[in-house]
Amino acid sequence: MKMKKKSVSEWVKAGDPWVWLNAGAVAISVIMVVGLLLLIAVRGLGHFWPADVVESHYALPGESEYNIVAERVESVEVPAAQLREAGIDIPDNHQLMQRTLMKTGNRDVYGSDFRWVIDEYLTETKRPEMLFTAERREWGNLYGYLKAVKEDGKVASETSDITPTESALATWAVFEKSIARAATIFDEIHEIEKTDIGKINYALERIRLKQRRLELEGKLTPAAEADLAVERSQYDEEYKGLQQSLINLYSQINRDTFVVQVMDGTEHEMPVAKIVHAYRANAMNVGQKMSFYFTKLWEFLSDEPREANTEGGVFPAIFGTVMMVLLMTVLVTPFGVVAAVYLREYAAQGWVTRVIRIAVNNLAGVPSIVYGVFGLGFFIYFLGSGIDQAFFPEALPSPTFGTGGLMWASITLALLTVPVVIVATEEGLSRIPRNVREGSLALGATKAETLWRVVLPMASPAIMTGVILAVARAAGEVAPLMLVGVVKLAPSLPLDGNYPYIHLDQKFMHLGFHIYDVGFQSPNVEAARPLVYATAFLLVLVIALLNLSAVTIRNHLREKYKSLEM
Amino acid sequence: MRMTKSTDHQMPELDFNTPALKRHRKIRALKDRMAGMGIAVGGSSVILAVLLICFYLLYEVAPLFSSASIDAEASYALPAEDQGKSLYLTTEEQSEVGMRVTSNGSIVFFSVADGSVINRVKNLRSEKVTAFAVESDTSRLVAFGYEDGKALIVKHDYKISYPDGKRKITPVVEYPYGEDAIDVADFAIKKLTVRDGSDSLTMAAIGDTKSAITKVSKEVNFITEEVELSEQSESLPFVADVASMLLSGDQRYLYVATRSGALSEFDLRDFDNIALKDAMSLFKDPNTKLVSMSYLLGKSSIMVADSSGHVSQWFNVRNEENEEKLTFIRDVKQPIAIVDLAMEQRRKGFATLDERGLVAIYNATSTRQVINEKLSDNNARLISFSPRANGLLLEDDKGLHFFHVDNEHPEVSWSSLWGKVWYEGYQEPTYTWQSSAANNDFEPKYSLMPLAFGTLKAAFYAMLMAVPLAICGAIYTAYFMAPALRRKIKPVIELMEALPTVILGFLAGLFFAPFLEENLAATFSVFVVLPVGILVFAYCWSRLPQNLRWLVPEGWQPLLLIPVIVFLAWLCLAMSPIIELNFFGGNIRGWITNDLGITFDQRNALVVGFAMGFAVIPTIFSITEDAIFSVPKALTQGSLALGATYWQTMTRVVLPTASPGIFSAVMIGMGRAVGETMIVLMATGNTPIMDANIFEGMRTLAANLAVEVPESEVGSSHYRILFLAAFVLFIFTFVVNTIAETVRQHLRKKYGSL
Repeated sequence: MKMKKKSVSEWVKAGDPWVWLNAGAVAISVIMVVGLLLLIAVRGLGHFWPADVVESHYALPGESEYNIVAERVESVEVPAAQLREAGIDIPDNHQLMQRTLMKTGNRDVYGSDFRWVIDEYLTETKRPEMLFTAERREWGNLYGYLKAVKEDGKVASETSDITPTESALATWAVFEKSIARAATIFDEIHEIEKTDIGKINYALERIRLKQRRLELEGKLTPAAEADLAVERSQYDEEYKGLQQSLINLYSQINRDTFVVQVMDGTEHEMPVAKIVHAYRANAMNVGQKMSFYFTKLWEFLSDEPREANTEGGVFPAIFGTVMMVLLMTVLVTPFGVVAAVYLREYAAQGWVTRVIRIAVNNLAGVPSIVYGVFGLGFFIYFLGSGIDQAFFPEALPSPTFGTGGLMWASITLALLTVPVVIVATEEGLSRIPRNVREGSLALGATKAETLWRVVLPMASPAIMTGVILAVARAAGEVAPLMLVGVVKLAPSLPLDGNYPYIHLDQKFMHLGFHIYDVGFQSPNVEAARPLVYATAFLLVLVIALLNLSAVTIRNHLREKYKSLEM
Repeated sequence: MRMTKSTDHQMPELDFNTPALKRHRKIRALKDRMAGMGIAVGGSSVILAVLLICFYLLYEVAPLFSSASIDAEASYALPAEDQGKSLYLTTEEQSEVGMRVTSNGSIVFFSVADGSVINRVKNLRSEKVTAFAVESDTSRLVAFGYEDGKALIVKHDYKISYPDGKRKITPVVEYPYGEDAIDVADFAIKKLTVRDGSDSLTMAAIGDTKSAITKVSKEVNFITEEVELSEQSESLPFVADVASMLLSGDQRYLYVATRSGALSEFDLRDFDNIALKDAMSLFKDPNTKLVSMSYLLGKSSIMVADSSGHVSQWFNVRNEENEEKLTFIRDVKQPIAIVDLAMEQRRKGFATLDERGLVAIYNATSTRQVINEKLSDNNARLISFSPRANGLLLEDDKGLHFFHVDNEHPEVSWSSLWGKVWYEGYQEPTYTWQSSAANNDFEPKYSLMPLAFGTLKAAFYAMLMAVPLAICGAIYTAYFMAPALRRKIKPVIELMEALPTVILGFLAGLFFAPFLEENLAATFSVFVVLPVGILVFAYCWSRLPQNLRWLVPEGWQPLLLIPVIVFLAWLCLAMSPIIELNFFGGNIRGWITNDLGITFDQRNALVVGFAMGFAVIPTIFSITEDAIFSVPKALTQGSLALGATYWQTMTRVVLPTASPGIFSAVMIGMGRAVGETMIVLMATGNTPIMDANIFEGMRTLAANLAVEVPESEVGSSHYRILFLAAFVLFIFTFVVNTIAETVRQHLRKKYGSL
């Protein structure tokens, strides 16, 4: 006993507990990072898995029983006291209850698409094979049994069964065919509305601006006006043709309807055109689920958002992020490298360069929102409105560059990340041994030639590291972008088939802002949450990859110079 | 010898000075110079562009603190001088047409630029005008009181038309309450006051021995949609020697002040039974005489000017008994008696004119005197602001003078930004940030204190979470960890730094905040259970047989601890409902709110502390780790050789040597926490309150910028104050980082030689 006690104090004296606590801090940090990444990954990737739909009877004590058809979302344990406070009559022998969030969908029918239930009171839970989930273009998911499919109001196929009988399956097959047909027409409509009509509108707007410009310059002669009118009437003609075909397509797409029986037993008739996908999750095997999963994943990456960004894909956001980052890279690389080369190779090394170096270093630590404020004040309100006055007077009072846009966002972020590139490049330049430079100069090369042929190629991995780190930072930065041109929904991509093809003045969507907007500004946060996780996972993945490549390049670079340093 | 010979021999063939080579060399030299110049210009301009940020922010902020200016624009004799001196002066919106009400009751419109009379409207009635009152500058309604006890309401209005593309302003006079005068009293009116509202108009009149009050109710006839007027007159308790009267904006109270400053407040809510509500004295010194009493914009503050040169502000404040009481708020002082007071129509500003002809312009909220200038030597009598407060009319014995006033940001002063200010409708002076509201006569509240407090609060809780974890982690990683493990752990923690903060903010707001709310007991028990659990496990591990312990060599402890910590955390979570049930009646949240009386927000400082702590950990970790790792091995080995344990070496040798580095790590982490935007924006409620409570949110400078900058009007005070906030953030982080960087450079130099 005595022996043991002494060893405790010895153990403490040697400082072992402190070492262990420090080890604990490392372990906690690692758990937090890994846990966070896992959380995002699981929730983000889980979103696309076709979840089973359950049907059960649900009755709270003292209340009448009803039928519930829903997907399980999450479960929590809550003390019964909390539930009693909420006015639910729970017997005294319960202390803890399992509570589950159920996604019942059918927002247009019930008003809300989620409800909490207490697992204890769910009875006769089953997973009927004929229960189907339909993703719709509006109102969120639909759950129910298919009763009939109609063409032009006439029944094409109907069934009274809710079990997989022959008639039920036949109706389902008709339904699937009808959805595929509607989807094809929908794509056609979309193509006409977005691309063709968009193009005409764009051209008409250009004609209007041209006319306004001539007017401002006092050159609007009747001849010029007549020319413009001819041009305009051509587009109007084209537009009329397109409108006719749109009317035809709309009447075709609205041909089919279907009848669905929802959980309270009522039947509703809805147009097939509103459906994006319909599937019977309970009847799918793992292989089918997998293939469905990847279809959904692809849709997420390649599609446009639906329903105020809470459904569909994030393609415009990916595109906007990439465009913005690319433009930023184009700007930041030459300027950052030139500044670093100047500081390291050309400027006289003294206290001035030292102060500048510290200042540049510290600018990387200045809050990004300050850059945003600067970008808004200086670039947009000061430079932008100046540019508008000088070059785009015809569009005023609606601003062209005097409002947030792709160009200003890229420049602001370039300013934000230029210290990163400068610091990394300088570090690379300082690592190049002096004798390499001197060797080149001794052979008669000029300073510029040495720089171009010897120094920069050797420093290129360092420059690359800097640029990649800058890109990673820019891709994840949101706060300044909120001030200089990001929007929740951009009507068109900043790169399209309309002259001048790249629209630097256009507002754009961004993955990071998408997360903020959908997660915090959307009216139905609960429904949007899985999509936000998926978007977050995508963003983390992109940034982690960029950072890992920066690390790899840095290591590669160090290996390379080990041999030189001999 | 042979070599020389052969070179000699080859000389003619290797001519380095052929014209082509010379030219080539010249081009190369030129290229070199061009490159040098290009790089110098490009490089320095990039650096300048980056430094431009600081100067641009300053450039936007500077106008806030520059003082106003007044420039004389025109002087002329009194327009239509034969009509008498002015009772009232004003101009329309564009400051093109001026208007004066003369002592004989005429209204004269004149051109502000040259004083030429545009229109002269004679008083409708032939009776003598004995009293005059202005409803307000913005309603453009004035009232004349006559010797026969009647009163006439007149409105001056301006029609704008654009004949042949040029703006033309035509002044007109209207009679919104009819051309017949309203019966107010049965005596000659000596003092009159009027207040108009959407459904009634009230007038109070005082004669030599009697006083009376009349209310004109407006009712819209549902069938004809015509306004029908009905009058009700009552007598008022008489007050002698009255200098000024005011009706409150809602027509519920009447303030009557005597020349010596005795103020009586009458309650008009029960119109048939008017009672004295309160009586008080406006001045401490009995010799002081009241000069004028009028409402500031918004009709809640009464400005009282007196003969001693004071202008004091009074408004109703609720006391402990929940009664409203007119209270003295603040005053400004001129050395000599005030002659006239003019109110700005869009801001809480006013101008005083004193006996020397000196005009001072003030802002009530900031109590700032923006300008003080002598404008007249000839018995100046009256001053008036143009509606946009960019022009000032002054009348003296010589005639009228129009001045251009440049006064952009009077509401901002050092004390209004950082000190407590007593705002209208508040019970006491407070620090408040409220930059906008729905109504126009709102008093903007630009105290940066709640934002600065919120910033520091968020940073404090973040540091509380991050500093111990990051520094302890760094100590272990740099000093005790096995090199193989270190190579793997470091990138993992540094990956945290690359995580976009928008993701951390989103998780904090949507996942962690509700999670925390549901598992409060678990969260707090973790702080106890984890350290204790780790120590217990460590001790048990040291008791294990040696061959088992050797399975995990020294420096790999974290791997061993990971499952332990996960288990402990799970245990806390699982225990959480039981703890809640047994100690907090099943609902810890309710317990905090009800039993402790602490406000609980779901998105609170605790959530921000966790999320932002997470964002700051990698910054502090990697710099601290660097500092500890670069402590020369000779020092530690010397200490160990002298018999110190590893831990003793750590605390006595390594930490003191690395402490400047750790200090700079904490500073840089702090800089990051202060400027972080997205996490705070998403994980708190963003209410600008000043409360250190961990269960309440806050609004930080950075989040405030993100929320308000896009909506603020360019060039307005609000806009510039936001730039000031950005500048404060910029300077703060810049200074903090510079100190940290200098310390680090110093440290590096010191040990570079060892």
